[in-house]
Amino acid sequence: MRILYPFLAVLALVLISFVGAKMPGGQSLFGVVIPYLAFFAFIIFFIKKIIYWAKSPVPFRIPTTSGQEKSLPWIKQNKTDCPSSTGGVIGRMFLEVFLFRSLFKNTKTDVEDGPKLVYGSSKYLWLFGLLFHYSFLVIFLRHWRLFTNPVPSFVTKLELADGLLQVGVPVLYQSDIILLLALTFLFLRRVIRPQLRYISLASDYFPLFLIMGIGITGILMRYFIRVDIVSVKELAMGLATFKPVIKGDIGVLFFIHLFLVSCLMVYFPFSKLMHMGGVFLSPTRNLANNNRMVRHINPWNDTSIKPHSYAGYEDEFREFMVNAGLPVEKELPPAAEEPPAAEEDKPAE
Amino acid sequence: MYDKGKIIPGIIVFVCLLIFPILYNSGSAGVLPNPEKPKDQKECVKDKQYMRTTHMQLINDWRDEVLREGNREKVVVQGKKYDKSLMNGCMTCHTNKKKFCDECHVYASVYPYCWDCHFVPKETI
Ligand code: HEC
Ligand code: HEC
Ligand code: HEC
Repeated sequence: MRILYPFLAVLALVLISFVGAKMPGGQSLFGVVIPYLAFFAFIIFFIKKIIYWAKSPVPFRIPTTSGQEKSLPWIKQNKTDCPSSTGGVIGRMFLEVFLFRSLFKNTKTDVEDGPKLVYGSSKYLWLFGLLFHYSFLVIFLRHWRLFTNPVPSFVTKLELADGLLQVGVPVLYQSDIILLLALTFLFLRRVIRPQLRYISLASDYFPLFLIMGIGITGILMRYFIRVDIVSVKELAMGLATFKPVIKGDIGVLFFIHLFLVSCLMVYFPFSKLMHMGGVFLSPTRNLANNNRMVRHINPWNDTSIKPHSYAGYEDEFREFMVNAGLPVEKELPPAAEEPPAAEEDKPAE
Repeated sequence: MYDKGKIIPGIIVFVCLLIFPILYNSGSAGVLPNPEKPKDQKECVKDKQYMRTTHMQLINDWRDEVLREGNREKVVVQGKKYDKSLMNGCMTCHTNKKKFCDECHVYASVYPYCWDCHFVPKETI
């Protein structure tokens, strides 16, 4: 169910746009209105989410690191895994954002005969995660060829590099193949490993299927069921200059592709995909472990509340403490104590 | 909000990256391609829509047929025979590569490597 429903959902999205783009006015709905709404929803909700996160205070540095922290001079500090300076933090963030260092430390757990619990290193998630993200980035940047005129030379160079193998016509992009391979791995990983299947939810499968759908429709358009790229670019340029026009016969596959991308953009800020922004806000990654060097004051502290020492506390409550028979460090002054006690006793007698 | 000094510049950089094409074009869609059609001909080897979308696969198929299967059978357009060839086929009608093929290709940022080996029609050699 957790696999089937997201799959059916993506299939439904494909069907909606397939039928919708053929209706009168459907092309401007699926080609202009929805992409615009989705794009601006993406930006607005993305920023809202980041600001919402930025509002929660991080009271204390969380030193859950896998390296030696700064200590005595003769103990060697692990400067990137447990940095105590801003430079070190930048290094750690760089490794995290660009090379997914946390995934590199991924381990797998197995029960072997014995029964014996064994832990092993598992680099596949890191490898395929890295391949997936980088090919996605390359594909994203390559798409700028349809949104810019004249096309900046770095986009052209990227296309050239991506099609370096010169397989077939139109030239095969390596990133297309790598993206699909990596997605297949990321999907199979969840299905095959029982532990992972157990913890995987529909919201884990849905983005995988959605991105697969986008990749497959894109690949179909490029290599199999061709669409009119010149008209596509005219539409894309129209979108990027706020004068959208749909000319010529583009082909329905394009509208399916665009609708799936729009869905991804809308879904993005509300899903686990927000790790794109979240990785920069990980307190275990972006804070120097300098708890012992710098005094960190809780951000939510109310400055109007003054410190209250024990001596001051006893001064305030001494009478009640004595009455309740609690030990006090300083006894009540005898003169002040007796008269009220006497007065109180008399009427009671 | 905490860490304003870092988060707001971060968001600005991110949004600028996303809207890069909008900033880059700054409202101008640039020159549209206007491939110069052959004046003395009316039809291409296949219908126009097919040519617009799939011409590169067609020449690729021609190449495979000619070079791998040895099938040099000519294509007939309006009663005239043409070689299944880049130079001796397409370019007999589309005589000007710059004003025809390149119009679209530069617009769509495609630079076919075919011309590394194949000759371009005379005027540009
Ligand atoms: C209507 C515009 C148009 C015209 C005219 C045109 N092309 Fe293209 N051509 C394209 C587009 C767009 C692509 C890229 C398709 C893509 O990226 O999926 C392309 C791609 C190609 C490719 C594949 C390039 C690659 O590296 O993937 C070849 C080869 C090609 N065209 C040959 C020609 C030749 C030869 C001519 C002239 C006789 C020509 N084209 C005229 C629009 C055009
Ligand atoms: C018989 C002469 C002839 C040959 C050979 C020929 N073409 Fe054409 N081509 C034409 C004509 C004429 C048109 C304009 C058709 C029209 O406007 O309906 C055209 C249109 C096109 C278009 C669409 C341009 C546009 O702006 O819509 C492309 C792309 C194209 N040809 C590519 C090729 C390629 C690639 C080859 C080689 C495989 C080729 N042509 C061979 C005559 C020819
Ligand atoms: C490495 C050099 C080279 C490149 C690059 C190249 N070709 Fe060729 N091509 C040849 C040679 C050599 C022949 C053989 C000519 C013959 O035997 O008639 C040929 C033949 C062909 C033919 C059939 C016969 C003819 O005379 O044209 C076609 C069609 C063709 N090539 C298309 C292409 C296309 C399309 C591209 C780009 C995607 C391309 N070629 C890139 C070298 C090349």
